[in-house]
Amino acid sequence: MGTATIETAIEPRVHYLNASYGIKSWLLTTDHKRIALLYLASITFFFFVGGSAAVLMRLNLIEPQGALLEPATYNKLFSMHGIIMVFLFMIPSIPAVLGNFLVPMMIGARDLAFPRLNLLSWYVFMVGGLFTLYAVIAGGVDTGWTFYTPLSTTYSNTNVISAALGVFIAGFSSILTGLNFVVTIHKMRAPGLTWFRLPLFIWAIYSTSVIQILGTPVLAISIVLVALERLIHVGVFDPAVGGDPILFQHLFWFYSHPAVYIMILPSMGVISELVTAFSKKRIFGYKFIAFSSVAIAAISFLVWGHHMFVSGQSVYAGIVFSALSFAVAIPSAIKVFNWTATLYKGSVSYQAPMLYAIGFIGLFTMGGLTGLFLATLAVDVHVHATYFVVAHFHYIMVGGAVMGYMGGLHFWWPKITGRMYPDGWARLAAAIIFIGFNLTFFPQYMLGYLGMPRRYAIYAPEFQVLNVMSSAGASVLGVGYLIPLVYLVWSLRYGPVAGPNPWGAKGLEWQTPSPPPTENFEETPIVTEEAYAYGTEETQVA
Amino acid sequence: MSGHVVPKKLYILVFTALIVLTSLTTGVAFINLGKWNTVAALVIAVCKASLVVLFFMHLRWSSNLLRIVVASSLLWLAILIGLTLSDVFTRDWTPVPSNWEAQIQQDVR
Amino acid sequence: MHSSDTALAEQFDDLEQQHEASSLGMWVFLATEIMFFGGLFTAYIIFRNLYLPAFEAGSRLLDVRIGAFNTAVLLCSSLTMALAVRAAQLGKKGALITFLLLTLLLGLTFVGVKLALEWRHDYIEGLAPGVNWTFNGPDSQHLELFFCFYFFMTSVHALHMVIGVGVLTVLIIMAWRGKFSPQRYNTVEMSGLYWHFVDIIWIFLFPLLYLIGGRY
Repeated sequence: MGTATIETAIEPRVHYLNASYGIKSWLLTTDHKRIALLYLASITFFFFVGGSAAVLMRLNLIEPQGALLEPATYNKLFSMHGIIMVFLFMIPSIPAVLGNFLVPMMIGARDLAFPRLNLLSWYVFMVGGLFTLYAVIAGGVDTGWTFYTPLSTTYSNTNVISAALGVFIAGFSSILTGLNFVVTIHKMRAPGLTWFRLPLFIWAIYSTSVIQILGTPVLAISIVLVALERLIHVGVFDPAVGGDPILFQHLFWFYSHPAVYIMILPSMGVISELVTAFSKKRIFGYKFIAFSSVAIAAISFLVWGHHMFVSGQSVYAGIVFSALSFAVAIPSAIKVFNWTATLYKGSVSYQAPMLYAIGFIGLFTMGGLTGLFLATLAVDVHVHATYFVVAHFHYIMVGGAVMGYMGGLHFWWPKITGRMYPDGWARLAAAIIFIGFNLTFFPQYMLGYLGMPRRYAIYAPEFQVLNVMSSAGASVLGVGYLIPLVYLVWSLRYGPVAGPNPWGAKGLEWQTPSPPPTENFEETPIVTEEAYAYGTEETQVA
Repeated sequence: MSGHVVPKKLYILVFTALIVLTSLTTGVAFINLGKWNTVAALVIAVCKASLVVLFFMHLRWSSNLLRIVVASSLLWLAILIGLTLSDVFTRDWTPVPSNWEAQIQQDVR
Repeated sequence: MHSSDTALAEQFDDLEQQHEASSLGMWVFLATEIMFFGGLFTAYIIFRNLYLPAFEAGSRLLDVRIGAFNTAVLLCSSLTMALAVRAAQLGKKGALITFLLLTLLLGLTFVGVKLALEWRHDYIEGLAPGVNWTFNGPDSQHLELFFCFYFFMTSVHALHMVIGVGVLTVLIIMAWRGKFSPQRYNTVEMSGLYWHFVDIIWIFLFPLLYLIGGRY
């Protein structure tokens, strides 16, 4: 129950939500905050579509012989789950929703560098999404989100080209968003806002944007080549006609490994913000965290071959990729140490955003450590393509990235909507998500270690108990995700009105009303203090 | 506000150099230098591209930030090509035994 | 400062910031294009290594004279584009339009020569994979792969040129209507960067496709 500010003004304050009405004012907006909400609606929709595929998969896996689905259908479901979750939910999620909303505000700007390009990004994203949905409706695709050749180029009878086209188009949205952020952060910071005074969320978004810019074009070309080969069978990737299937994997993973860092880095940026705000203490090791984001972005491009240890790639290349993959874990670990050190002797409070942050730190650590198992060439030979891998990346993507997204959504919700949600329900949902998540995915580590392959619709009977546990967990997790949908929407109308800074947090975005006016700030702020300058003066909860 | 205005003469000079280099690279293609033909072609192409980037695209008079953007993209291209080739060129360092088909039959039995 | 008829967009504080942002934006976009074409070059390098005799034979089947001519055409167009930007900087509307038109014509020449002389010839000769491939000499499979790369790489390049031609058309119309001035020529400059980049791609495509086929 927060303090409610009673609006006694005769006329309601004008802000970005009520500055103009009508569908055209939303579909033709160039306001970064409205575009963020357009993305929020889209990715939430795709999240539940991809989630439905997962529900069906887990239902099927209750029985060793498949409880629900033909194997061919199962193959299509895991493919659609992967494609939709990766390209239409995870990659846009934090950058396009929280990034779009917050980047200009955090740096004291009126908008991004290229507002119309921002709107174009959303439309391009929607077109990509529509092509992908068409592929689903037309019967799905069964190649997995990885489109490995020659299955995708030669043998699959499913809608490869429309799914690939959807991904290709959505990729351009990602590139344009990244480009917009890089230029904005370089050129539009408020006076006094030097690089080392920036919020760590900005460092994270910047690093993410660099990855999007340099990596996504290579995915684009790899997908176009798949489509080309599928059409004229000339032998780029199909070994039967002289092609090299591993070449596809090189081009694909050159992007797709850095892509997983596109998915986690922004979330790490959110955690940096949450940990410091809810410890009321300056973040420990600011420069270490800032540089670690850049280091992760750079090193992430050097490790892609660890997805290909057993593909027929040269063993010597494998050794190099394995060693480099150990290196990329180091900056992530540095972050975890610094967040933990921030909590030490802080004045910690446990509202919902902080619960998500703490959950992130634990679950991401587990996921990250299992990544080292997979980076070890000799171990990976045994657990590649088993549920061990599935558990590893879900710990990072769901236990990590999605929890960061939920934490961020809850933290900045009052700023975005001007309303506060009921924290009791939010904490309950966070707890249910945490429990459901672990029940779903921890058994999968064990399944993988015991040898159950991934992407299989049926399995050996001795794996049933763990599979049933995992499916039970998935239903709990599903409930956990539905609860916020309810109370967040409820809060829009019935939640207490929020002031400019309900958390008493540092950062330029908290120095403007909630919801903010269209131009963000009455006057461009001038920055004179370091980031997270807690303890230097009383920061009012307002 | 206006950026740096480049004298016409400089543009013409650069253009002339580009045409000369193009003639050179075309001519060299008809001379047998073995594997150095490819090297020569690439070196000349890099020279031509550098002239276009530095003078026509004004990078010579641009900020350090823009130069870093160009350098980074070239570095990343090198990573893509280099690490991929590191696989392709070292695949036959671990040769497959010549009787591998017989071996598999034996293992399966 | 932000009145409706200045060149300054709402989100920027001054023209210099706007100019710097536009430049950075365009160069970052070109970086993405380098990576896009880079994937194709990587694939080409690998297959050339794998199937050298076929790729060299394929290269010899291309017409060097046309390739060299087209290279010269594009280099000319880069010169005229650079001169167009210069004219915009100096506020010389007539020169600007002239140079933009010349660039446009040279670009169209390039595309026209490619389509009418090279591709049409290859199609007639049965060297067009997926459309009309009738070569049945030795190593046909790998020769077809070479031509696949040849057509695909030059098509992607040509597509970029066609987009460039579209951009030039818009620029010419805008210049005619007096939209550019020494304070307001960002769009011309950024379009110039794009055009030069497309030229640079061809600077690499020409030798890699036409010139390293062992023509001696």
